Amino acid sequence: MTDPNHFVQIRHAQKSFGSLEVLKDISLNVARGQIVAIIGPSGSGKSTLLRAINDLDALTGGEVWLDGVQVNKSLPHRQYEKHINEMRQQIGMVFQHFNLFPHMTARDNVTMAPKLLKGLTNEEADALAKEQLEKVGMLDRIDYYPSQLSGGQKQRVAIARALAMKPKLMLFDEATSALDPELVDEVNLVMKKLAEEHMTMIIVTHEMDFAAAVCDRVLFMDRGVVVEEGPPEVIFRNPEKDRTKEFLRKHLAGAK
Amino acid sequence: MDFDLMLRVYPFFIEAAGTTILLSVLTAILGLTCGALGAAARLSRLVVFRFLGAAYVSVFRGTPALIQLFILYFGGPQIGIQLDAFEAGVIGLGINAGAYMTETIRGAIISIDKGQREAARTLGLSQFQGFYKVILPQAARLMVRPLGVNLNMLIKATALVAAISVIELTYTAQRYIGSTYKPFEMFLLAGILYMIIIYATGRGVAWLDRKVQIN
Ligand SMILES: Nc1ncnc2c1ncn2[C@@H]1O[C@H](COP(=O)(O)OP(=O)(O)O)[C@@H](O)[C@H]1O
Ligand SMILES: [Mg+2]
Repeated sequence: MTDPNHFVQIRHAQKSFGSLEVLKDISLNVARGQIVAIIGPSGSGKSTLLRAINDLDALTGGEVWLDGVQVNKSLPHRQYEKHINEMRQQIGMVFQHFNLFPHMTARDNVTMAPKLLKGLTNEEADALAKEQLEKVGMLDRIDYYPSQLSGGQKQRVAIARALAMKPKLMLFDEATSALDPELVDEVNLVMKKLAEEHMTMIIVTHEMDFAAAVCDRVLFMDRGVVVEEGPPEVIFRNPEKDRTKEFLRKHLAGAK
Repeated sequence: MDFDLMLRVYPFFIEAAGTTILLSVLTAILGLTCGALGAAARLSRLVVFRFLGAAYVSVFRGTPALIQLFILYFGGPQIGIQLDAFEAGVIGLGINAGAYMTETIRGAIISIDKGQREAARTLGLSQFQGFYKVILPQAARLMVRPLGVNLNMLIKATALVAAISVIELTYTAQRYIGSTYKPFEMFLLAGILYMIIIYATGRGVAWLDRKVQIN
């Protein structure tokens, strides 16, 4: 099959919004089961990079590959729609503001897409909802609507919703940034559990402690480029570049 | 005030109110259909449809409904459109109401947070699946009240078709004035019946709005 060291490949990613160049020739490989954190100041292009991986924001240059298949390949519109929908089923995404479907219970949030796209029966869907909500510790809230849940609970349901599609890759865009501090841990715990199960993950985060504890590799981005990358011990303890040092100094000072 | 007269003629007014209600229902159905199509056009990926949708809204909101009715009913035969007064009333008012409903429906749809669409697309839903599973059910809940306002306006606008002699409530009042010379009583009677229809409709809308809210 495909090379497990190049499970996710970003090749020369370039993205401009009009005349603003947000991503400048970024390349990145993620091995199967690897967990990569992306850190960097606000506006540096972290979300844009993450959203390019499942083509929510189309790149203006470069390629994204997942498990040997090019995600953003050029195809006629209709064929592309079909292709990208299939690719997106394999890429789970968790947003800063949860984006749960407010008109559906936790159960329906989790099962809507698998039922629609994979034709699960009601029994199968029911089992799936229970399995995924159990995993994120939300089984007891299975018939609650999002409005009846706390932020941390919403985010855990959102993770269960993404996992229910059995993705090969999970993307997290500041999954805990919108949460009250006391609710951050419950979400981090779920993410840690996924890490232990060797889910391949790319995590944009402001939480350096979490990144250090969970990730295999850390990328520091600034102004559309990857300034520095390496294992967390190196990036957090012994960064080479001045921009990294400066960012960490501000950030770690702010955090402590 | 001549109560005796009012009591004598009110059964005829009730019958006329029935016509007003029928007119309103048919107009509402046509209006909703036009509104849904108009909103779809306004939100289309294709610029031609967007243009047509926008043109529809500005033409029909930008001219008096009465003129639209006159063009259709009196002008129609000149260009080969033969309609009786009732048909012209329903079609004219329905298309007019549709222009307002287009904006109501479109407004509700575009007010849904774009994160909802993104979450749907991220799961692998197509544009269409995302729309009918995620966007529309939320937008539909938001539409109930403003469409209720459109409905209220539409019911009142049915009085205009008296001008093309559809025998509905307003026309009936005018006709009885001709024979009784009691405009105060006759218009009062018509007004009361309009109010009952509109009040009942308003309650219905409020009930529906409560019913569709999440929890
Ligand atoms: N849809 C958009 N249109 C125009 N500019 C955008 C858009 N999305 C992001 N940007 C710009 O791209 C830059 C990078 O944004 P983003 O990727 O969200 O950064 P980060 O997630 O690192 O804070 C910012 O300057 C932002 O204003
Ligand atoms: Mg961001």
